[in-house]
Amino acid sequence: MPKLTIDGIEIEVEPGTSILQACEQLGIEIPRFCYHERLSVPANCRMCLVEMERAPKPVASCAMPCGDGMVVRTNSETVLKARKGVMEFLLINHPLDCPICDQGGECDLQDQAMAYGFDRGRYGENKRAVKDKYMGPVIKTIMTRCIHCTRCIRFINEVAGVPDVGAVYRGEHMEITTFVEKAIGSELSGNLADVCPVGALTHKPYAFTARPWELRKTETVDVLDAVGSNIRVDARGPEVMRVLPRVNDDINEEWLNDKSRYSYDGLKRQRLDRPYIRQNGKLVPASWAEAFTAIAARLKGLSGSRIAAISGDLVDVEAQFALKELLSRLGSTNLDCRQDGARFDTSVRAGYLFNSGIAGIEKADVILLVGTNPRWEGTLVNARIRKRYLAGGVTIASIGEQRDLTYPYSVIGSGPDTLQQLVDGSHPFSETLRAAKNPMIIVGMGAFQRADGLAVQAAARLVGEVYGMFRDDWSGFNVLHTAAARVGGIEAGFLPGEGGRDLHGILDGASKGEIDFVYLLGADEIDMAKLGNAFVVYQGHHGDAGAHRADVILPGAAYTEKNAVYVNTEGRPQLARLAVFPPGEAREDWKIVRALSEVLGTTLPFDTHGQLRQRLMAANPIFGAVGEMTPASWAPFGAQGPVDANPFVTPITNFYMTDPISRASVTMANCTEALVGPAQERTGTHG
Amino acid sequence: MSAPASDHGHAEPTSFTFTPENLELAKRIIAKYPAGKQASACMPLLDVAQRQHGGWLPRVAMDAVADLLGMPRIRVYEVATFYTMYNKNPVGRHHIQVCTTTPCWLRGSDDIVHTCKKKLGIEVGETTADGQFTLGEVECSGACVNAPVVQIGDDYYEDVAPEHMERILDALARGETPKPGSQTGRQSSEPVGGPTTLKAFTTAQADATAQADD
Repeated sequence: MPKLTIDGIEIEVEPGTSILQACEQLGIEIPRFCYHERLSVPANCRMCLVEMERAPKPVASCAMPCGDGMVVRTNSETVLKARKGVMEFLLINHPLDCPICDQGGECDLQDQAMAYGFDRGRYGENKRAVKDKYMGPVIKTIMTRCIHCTRCIRFINEVAGVPDVGAVYRGEHMEITTFVEKAIGSELSGNLADVCPVGALTHKPYAFTARPWELRKTETVDVLDAVGSNIRVDARGPEVMRVLPRVNDDINEEWLNDKSRYSYDGLKRQRLDRPYIRQNGKLVPASWAEAFTAIAARLKGLSGSRIAAISGDLVDVEAQFALKELLSRLGSTNLDCRQDGARFDTSVRAGYLFNSGIAGIEKADVILLVGTNPRWEGTLVNARIRKRYLAGGVTIASIGEQRDLTYPYSVIGSGPDTLQQLVDGSHPFSETLRAAKNPMIIVGMGAFQRADGLAVQAAARLVGEVYGMFRDDWSGFNVLHTAAARVGGIEAGFLPGEGGRDLHGILDGASKGEIDFVYLLGADEIDMAKLGNAFVVYQGHHGDAGAHRADVILPGAAYTEKNAVYVNTEGRPQLARLAVFPPGEAREDWKIVRALSEVLGTTLPFDTHGQLRQRLMAANPIFGAVGEMTPASWAPFGAQGPVDANPFVTPITNFYMTDPISRASVTMANCTEALVGPAQERTGTHG
Repeated sequence: MSAPASDHGHAEPTSFTFTPENLELAKRIIAKYPAGKQASACMPLLDVAQRQHGGWLPRVAMDAVADLLGMPRIRVYEVATFYTMYNKNPVGRHHIQVCTTTPCWLRGSDDIVHTCKKKLGIEVGETTADGQFTLGEVECSGACVNAPVVQIGDDYYEDVAPEHMERILDALARGETPKPGSQTGRQSSEPVGGPTTLKAFTTAQADATAQADD
């Protein structure tokens, strides 16, 4: 443990700590541009210079490891002079266009120029100008502003694993570019603008729309996948202006995928802002009272077995819990939160959670992916697997399709039969699993969205049992969900009750006329044609598939417009917070259900959000442990049985459009066009 | 150093494959490096590709090198653009690179450039209409002791005066290969006008000392 003195303060640090990190531990601020704590250290900006005794010249503190007996000064005349010199050089070619720069107000260069800049320039020559580059639909480039810190290159190489960005030419002519003038093929490209310390890379959809100081910042969580990334929603007035990641080392570190970051423009389109009732085949605007009355009229005298409810991918826990309570009062047990038709056992928590936690990936030494494309189903889970791969000493294999996951892995099979071979040890990969200290299996929805889902789940469990994935010190059995609502729905009990129908049963019943009333709580991904002649209530925030089929539409709130609990794939409850109010007459979802219950004459026993939360916690104590993972205890799950040999197919065909919000987003449409391929329904009349 | 190659609107070929001989050569080069470090062969392979493709590197050739070495394409593109000796734009049959860094400049490289411009009727960075000559300015060629220096193809022409330059260009135009090296008859980089041996050098030293003593 080296002991050194920084500005007269003695500090003992872990071996390998850089001087810059030691300074941070002491709370001494060191200016920097190229250094980023989650990226490699190139030491090329020279802004972090400090003075060290017995060193002939100032040293770059980011790259200098602490040594025993070092005496470092961060505030001497020499240091100030050196940093001022570096700043002057950086500003030689930097255009002083802060007033028209989107980074203005949150720019590292701007801030540090306040401390180390000079009040006028001494450089009389022409500044250089650099042609802007095309980096895809979400990153805007103004390359003249670039100071060549190379953070973007290191991010895209190291974290994203898509080596598309590089520095070409050299010296004064150095330029950052993509190869060549193509969109960056990464789902994490938005983070480039975050790591950029100046305004060279900014967010295209946010360009010229707002200044950081006029935005109202709300810390909340993302719901467009089941990862539960922590985000900050910046709003001005009634409008969400942008979404940024928040640091949470257990989940998303400090990254965010492009869908979660840029589909916010979908929050302003296709919105349901008032109730509608279908009359003579046409949806006509109605008041809340009229809508409720229409529902009550249809429900009158209907037996519980003819009523059903399905919840969607973006629904919060409170709404699902409230609707479940309402349905049980109506005598119905036909409800399912798995609108994707996945079949898996929900009786044991360990059977449907990401038990190791996302951070737990870093402890695994063998990772087996089953029927999943984590790059699209949980982009930041995939980034974590890549981080594990970069650390070395890990074997990654997949049962399913061959995809580019940004790290090397082997496809060892395509369907459930491979799982069975692993169970009986006849598969060559068994040896690798047996030798592993911390083996991990990640099962995706592609493995469960099939008729033999329960048997696949049991087979995966057996693999876990055989290879020691359920130990006291290690849980390596993981399920990667695709929807933010799913685990919350399961934990809240939004599942078929005794004798109740699941999704398949409900759709079957509706098309046969055995179900007369279907309540769609934000469910858009089901086959609406199968609802037959049933009376459909759609409660949600977007005019998507569900609303088109509905007989009554109840406008709800999107995730940025309500205080609500979401549970991510790890089983970690997190709070979404209200950033803006729902548009028009739309209301928070649990309130709608509560108000409807009153009209139906079976008032639910909670009047406030607090009371609802209390009931929720009483029903399932995990909802009380916000932000924490409640470990799941182990018991057998799944149903052993015959599996068919069909290969696993990953459920997501277009990463950028998976839910009503992203489908309504223009940015996501642009991403789809640039990166996934032209939309299939595109015809000659488009554009 | 020269400015980044701008897009001159030249036609980029759509495909590039190493000839069987060059592929063989490339494999021999790759074999020089330990397994897993084949990226080290990037620069020699780019050179092989450039020679095969008439003295310049189209993007497809960089891609071919990247694919051969299992490197991301952008990494090869970075290397190729970093070094000025990889030509990103087509060059003529004879690529004339006049060194204009300080020692050569002091020894009259401006006259050499001027002679070339006049003789070939092109500016620096241009190629003659018949595709025979490309004129370029380069930074230090590392032969300052024989300044001014002109590199043509793989050969150095040293101690070049304008009349030498004219003669060289004429010979090249006739399809001949003028004798490389010093144009004033120097053997290598010995002092002009001697001494040319250590013995002569010590004699000269002794004379100088004797004179100083007087």
